Amino acid sequence: MHQTSPAPVQPAPGPAAGENRYHITSSRVGMPGAAEPNGHAAGNGHHAGPRPSDALASPVLVKWLRDMIMIREFENRCAQAYQQAKIGGFCHLYIGQEALAVGTIASVEHDDPIITAYRDHGHALARGMTPRACMAEMFGKATGCAKGKGGSMHMFDRPNWLFGGHGIVGAQTPVGAGLAFAAKYELEVLGRSLAGGAAKKKVALCYLGDGALNQGALHEAMNLAGLWSIPVIYVVENNRYSMGTAIERGTTMAHDLTAKARAYGIEGVQIDGMDVRTIYDRFKPLADRCREQQRPAFVDLLTYRYQGHSMSDPQKYRAKDEVELFRQRDSIALLEQHLLHERRALSEADVDAIVHECKALAQDSVEFAEQSPAPDAQELYSDVYVNIQPDLSPTRAYVHGAKNPLL
Amino acid sequence: MATRQIQFREALREAMAEEMRRDDRVFLMGEEVAYYNGAYKVSQGMLEEFGDKRIIDAPISENGFAGLAVGAAMYGLRPIIEFMSWSFSLVAADQLLNNVPKMLYMSGGQWGCPVVFRGNNGAGGQLGSTHSWCVEALYANVPGLKIAIPSNAHDAKGLLKSAIRDDDPVFFLESERMLSDKGEVPEGEYTVPFGRAELRTEGTDCTVVSFGRPVNFCVEAARELEKEGVTVDVLDMRTVRPLDIGAVVRSIKKTGRVVVVDQCWPFASVASEVITQVCERAFDSLDHQPLRVNTDDVPTPYAKTLEAEYLPHKGKIVQAVKAALHRL
Ligand SMILES: Cc1ncc(C[n+]2csc(CCOP(=O)(O)OP(=O)(O)O)c2C)c(N)n1
Ligand SMILES: [Mg+2]
Repeated sequence: MHQTSPAPVQPAPGPAAGENRYHITSSRVGMPGAAEPNGHAAGNGHHAGPRPSDALASPVLVKWLRDMIMIREFENRCAQAYQQAKIGGFCHLYIGQEALAVGTIASVEHDDPIITAYRDHGHALARGMTPRACMAEMFGKATGCAKGKGGSMHMFDRPNWLFGGHGIVGAQTPVGAGLAFAAKYELEVLGRSLAGGAAKKKVALCYLGDGALNQGALHEAMNLAGLWSIPVIYVVENNRYSMGTAIERGTTMAHDLTAKARAYGIEGVQIDGMDVRTIYDRFKPLADRCREQQRPAFVDLLTYRYQGHSMSDPQKYRAKDEVELFRQRDSIALLEQHLLHERRALSEADVDAIVHECKALAQDSVEFAEQSPAPDAQELYSDVYVNIQPDLSPTRAYVHGAKNPLL
Repeated sequence: MATRQIQFREALREAMAEEMRRDDRVFLMGEEVAYYNGAYKVSQGMLEEFGDKRIIDAPISENGFAGLAVGAAMYGLRPIIEFMSWSFSLVAADQLLNNVPKMLYMSGGQWGCPVVFRGNNGAGGQLGSTHSWCVEALYANVPGLKIAIPSNAHDAKGLLKSAIRDDDPVFFLESERMLSDKGEVPEGEYTVPFGRAELRTEGTDCTVVSFGRPVNFCVEAARELEKEGVTVDVLDMRTVRPLDIGAVVRSIKKTGRVVVVDQCWPFASVASEVITQVCERAFDSLDHQPLRVNTDDVPTPYAKTLEAEYLPHKGKIVQAVKAALHRL
């Protein structure tokens, strides 16, 4: 099911004509071997022949590139705003992991439910949340996706079927099973979609960090998913660390995480999470199978975060060289190279224009957030109950607040 | 409306079955609810009527299936989750305390979490410390939840139907010791609204406020006190949150005295909350400081005699009322 030995490494395409924006592409494309604990399979999914993503029209891949660049530019702005104390609380950046959210979300339908942990800005943007709503949420403004009540770790987007952003490690994993359970219930019991129309086969994506592998919630959830054949895919964003704990210091079978899934009767695969095309090539057929057969799966997606765990992480636990090695195989650069030199679908000028556009949108999101009003004081007491009754609280009556800006 | 005598458990079953017929989004999940017919036979026969896609046996994974219910409810279903005992809900604390009550707030009003969690609460019969939890004080502390706690078959059915229809999460606390108790239940359709206390006995000397099973101890105490010429209002609160404090205050204006009887431990209990609210709203009407009767402030003992003493029983209630009346 999974590969234990690294697949052949592909040489990088010819040198970039223009300057590179995010990285220095090394001549070697493959998960940096030296930094790999436990012989992580790397670069798997590189097929000798044509790849499923080759069949996609270039504009699709250009959109992936744009989405990934958007996430990175957005996160750069977050870091800045956080340092300026405009964003409070905990803030976890997605820089380095962009291909993962973009590639997996591109592999499913828009109305397939997804749910993730607290490192969630990338999923929100990839799912279609506007940078404005996302940034305003972090600024704690009324125009944020949760009216400023959720913050960085709790991005919810009902129109885009994103069921949160969850701050407790692993807590989203049974909830993800519940989303898929409900979708299957529509099919098998209701015979209709709760959103209107006929029921259809869906698959839910439930993201989790490698650290969440050690939470009991996941293991209960995987047992339920395996037992009842619930169409949920557990997508492990294996960035090799939970805070400062390297995976093999906290997790058994770190060299073969799919063993955990097999124990629950769930198919497990390992995929190179730095190459968005590889993700699509391997994840799309898997998601299609889970949808068709209405059953779960588990994916160990190998990725890396370039920044600290959160905004206050001096990163003493890893070598600078290690980070540098991964940066050399940056996901945005990989796709950019492909589009520039293999597909010849973009020119340097086109890429510049995309970067320019994303930088402008990120900047705009900050300005929007800054100018947006703070939540009305009465929002403190709204969204606690849907069905408000007298005497629910001894101190004050609950109210119905402003309509959520996304609805 | 014509009535008949049915057991508390039958009343619960009728409520679930009627709501499941009415709304196909409602399903029941829990340990042993289907093929075993319910660990306490509450769901007896429901598998036959509704099939195993809606009456679902879950493995012993409270955190897992409580969390699954959260996702299913967000998606649009109406789960009923049976805990064999609320004592076992503690292993699902994260889902129950973080996700269930806070989803609506954290999502800025995008998704609520309309799940009914139900099961046995409080001392059963000599089940010892781990199996005798009264969770109402723990859970009532958290905004976003509603908590119902019926004392008889009639209310069990009516409150459960209201709970299933409610758009908010409801924690529904039953008692193993009452499941076989019979009560008058109407033949036809009815619901009992949340936040309305019901007067069980009427009197003038003292107000006795209680919740769930101990309401019945209060009624026994009232009968005994009556023999001595003391009459009391016994208020069955029926829901902890919302709390019908208005009914309590109205009664105190008449009696000037209040005893709160609660099966939680005394410290930071439901009784503490009722008494605080009484002091805030009816301080000037009190002729005696409010008194509380709780379970003893110790882990639940096993020995029959000790367990019986530990509960907020009739004897303790009679004593408290007499103390309030300076009749000791
Ligand atoms: C139950 C729980 N324990 C501890 C924490 C504090 N915490 C937040 S993130 C984190 C590390 C999680 O790492 P991982 O799952 O690998 O996700 P990553 O941060 O790498 O995306 C910890 C320990 C928490 N949020 N929840
Ligand atoms: Mg990690």
